[in-house]
Amino acid sequence: MSTVMDAEAPAEARVLNGTLHKFQRVNEIIDRHGKAPSNLIAILQEVQKEYRYLPEEIMTYIATVMEIHPSSVYGVATFYAQFSLEPKGKHIIKVCDGTACHVRNSQWIIDSLREHLHLKQGEHTTRDMIFTFETVACIGACALAPAMMLDGEIYGQLTPDKIKEIIDKIVAEEGE
Amino acid sequence: MSSTSSTKVDMNRAHKDYCQALKREKIRVAVCAGLGCIVNGALELYDALEAEIKAKGIYADLCYLLEDESNSGCSVVKTGCQGFCEAGALMRIEPADLVYIHVKPEDAAEIVERTLLKGEIIERLAYKAPHSDKAVAERNEIPFYSGQKQIVLRNCGIIDPSDIRDYIAHDGYLALQKALKEMSRDEVISTVIDSGLRGRGGAGFPAGRKWAFAKAEESDTKYMVCNADEGDPGAFMDRSVLEGDPHSVIEAMAIAGYAIGANHGYIYVRAEYPLAVARLKHALKEARDNGLLGNDILGSGFDFDIKIKEGAGAFVCGEESALLASIEGKRGMPRPKPPFPAQKGLWGYPTVINNVETLASVPLVILRGAEWFSSCGVGRSTGTKTFALSGKVRNTGLVEVPMGTTLRDMIFKIGGGIRGDKRFKAVQIGGPSGGCLTEEHLDLTLDYDSLAKVGAIIGSGGLVVMDEDTCMVEMARFFMHFTQSESCGKCVPCREGTKRMLEILEKIVAGKGTMEDLELLDEVAQMVKDASLCGLGKTAPNPVLTMIKYFRDEYLAHVVDKRCPAGQCQAFKSYYIDPELCKGCGKCSRGCPAKAISGKPREAYSIDTEACLKCGACVEMCPFGAISKGDGTKSKEDNGRDG
Repeated sequence: MSTVMDAEAPAEARVLNGTLHKFQRVNEIIDRHGKAPSNLIAILQEVQKEYRYLPEEIMTYIATVMEIHPSSVYGVATFYAQFSLEPKGKHIIKVCDGTACHVRNSQWIIDSLREHLHLKQGEHTTRDMIFTFETVACIGACALAPAMMLDGEIYGQLTPDKIKEIIDKIVAEEGE
Repeated sequence: MSSTSSTKVDMNRAHKDYCQALKREKIRVAVCAGLGCIVNGALELYDALEAEIKAKGIYADLCYLLEDESNSGCSVVKTGCQGFCEAGALMRIEPADLVYIHVKPEDAAEIVERTLLKGEIIERLAYKAPHSDKAVAERNEIPFYSGQKQIVLRNCGIIDPSDIRDYIAHDGYLALQKALKEMSRDEVISTVIDSGLRGRGGAGFPAGRKWAFAKAEESDTKYMVCNADEGDPGAFMDRSVLEGDPHSVIEAMAIAGYAIGANHGYIYVRAEYPLAVARLKHALKEARDNGLLGNDILGSGFDFDIKIKEGAGAFVCGEESALLASIEGKRGMPRPKPPFPAQKGLWGYPTVINNVETLASVPLVILRGAEWFSSCGVGRSTGTKTFALSGKVRNTGLVEVPMGTTLRDMIFKIGGGIRGDKRFKAVQIGGPSGGCLTEEHLDLTLDYDSLAKVGAIIGSGGLVVMDEDTCMVEMARFFMHFTQSESCGKCVPCREGTKRMLEILEKIVAGKGTMEDLELLDEVAQMVKDASLCGLGKTAPNPVLTMIKYFRDEYLAHVVDKRCPAGQCQAFKSYYIDPELCKGCGKCSRGCPAKAISGKPREAYSIDTEACLKCGACVEMCPFGAISKGDGTKSKEDNGRDG
């Protein structure tokens, strides 16, 4: 990740190279929000929704268009947990490891998900790019603990059996 | 933030019209559409009820009731969280004040037929106390509700949060009208000061005084900010208010804006709360369409509008100066205070930041007066406080009680005691910045001052109950892991201190702790508390310090005896095979992922504790129940070897 801001290929050069069309979608997003620096987080959020992560060249491009230093964009992108500099899978699983879930054994859920997704320690995305698995501090579903969020939808009172059922269903759908 | 002036609503007229229409609403069926109930099928239940009521020809929504003065009937609405999340899907029937729990869409026909049409109570759907068969359907007689007093949650669970007319009919925006038309800016501020309302976000600073500081600043531009970055794991009060009663927050922000002289507002809300964001956006539009936001609100000449800013996942942004940095589009890092935000806040202009719950209390303070509000509560803690009750308690959910309610009432009366009749051990109050309280504190009253005396804080109001199976050392490690990873890294005491504390706790949990570690942990904790820049660091050691204070014996058990009394810590777990029960089938040996079990067929097998991963798979596999788990002491006795 340390190479993200290397200045080997300045954004201006790439823009001049005629790759502007590639940034059309980004331009639309920036135009909608406006170029004021206070809109940076909202713009990055929308870009991430579009690409499922923040590609290095797009961050540099945003900095150029918004007339702020690339390091400021990189700084914001690395500060907030929501942003990812690596590509994410198609389905995003966020297991809650907040206090209430932790007390009701969320570790059990985390372990069984890792097992079902064949993820080793330190890995977050499956090789086929179908799933990204992460833990979050709290999704506010404390009364349903242990809980998780899959593509924005909440699943509560989880057990390893329920996890298997949920994952198998998506795997079957993706296989079709 | 320009908003063209839209159709101005005549508040008195609107209020009267909507109230009269609602008088012709014979019965209101309020289906809880809070997060917990949605997961349990509340939306399907709503559809089924609506279809059944329509089929009986008695359906009447607000539009129908407003159409003609002779129209009447039953309505069904989707409300915000009704609190009793454990028993979802929930529904309330008004004016009979009945609550049905664990309701399924299949129950809809019977509910309409028997309860709505004949007025009978369906016992099957009523609440039953543990170890009792007596069905209780009256809301005020269910222990979970009877100890509560709802000011902040007054509308949550009864009004339709997506219809501004319903909010107005429940006295909504009357406080704003009163403030704008009958009160001076100073009167609004003095009313809030006299009410004793203190910040509900954690610090407990008097809200009115904050407003007075900002008003005293001379500036053409000022900002009013609502802090809805509810980051404490184990807390969901703010989310419930935003989802169930978004207009109360909007109304309060406009009142505050008027008082301090701000024309712009921001609501900083967690991106993890998509429903709250959607409800807020809708409510803001409704408010603008009715002339309750925008230019010249209610003909008073006061302009005010609100923008939503979605957070991007950083706990530290709950801190005022970090939150402002985040709104400005920067890394959310705190800065030293003073200057306080009320003097130099957003883009350097005077800014007031209030928490969601603080704001939701404001409309009633203005409408009913300071004395009414301060008559509830104890001492310097007036009004009510909402709590998110969770963990190993029987009735989890959202609770609002007068300040000064005892912890015992909270856990054993409202919460219904500990699940599975286990023993109460401790309760963590105030999230990762708070402290833990034990059995000896059960008669302590929940208010700012009593909690401060025992080293805890109300915080935002998370109450996580722990029973005998929860290891307090592991819990301390868990909180430290959270604060350490959320530390923004700006100041050294917090950045380095929390990391060192986490390392020590991990060492203890892994069974490698020494007595020196315990002393060092205490010393580092004091340093982080004293020397950190912002509230995150200053409060991060609280869980560790209170847990060492009240559960020193548990720490000693980990460090000296090398065992975990709660049997939770992986390092101290040991699995052993009872030779009496083992039939020598070999199933465990074949299934063991670490190949740690060996033996000869039809003879007792044994586990190599060095190679054992402590996954517990063998316990599940054994058909004879011959394998069991120890807390570290068992292994010594049975296997005759150390740990």
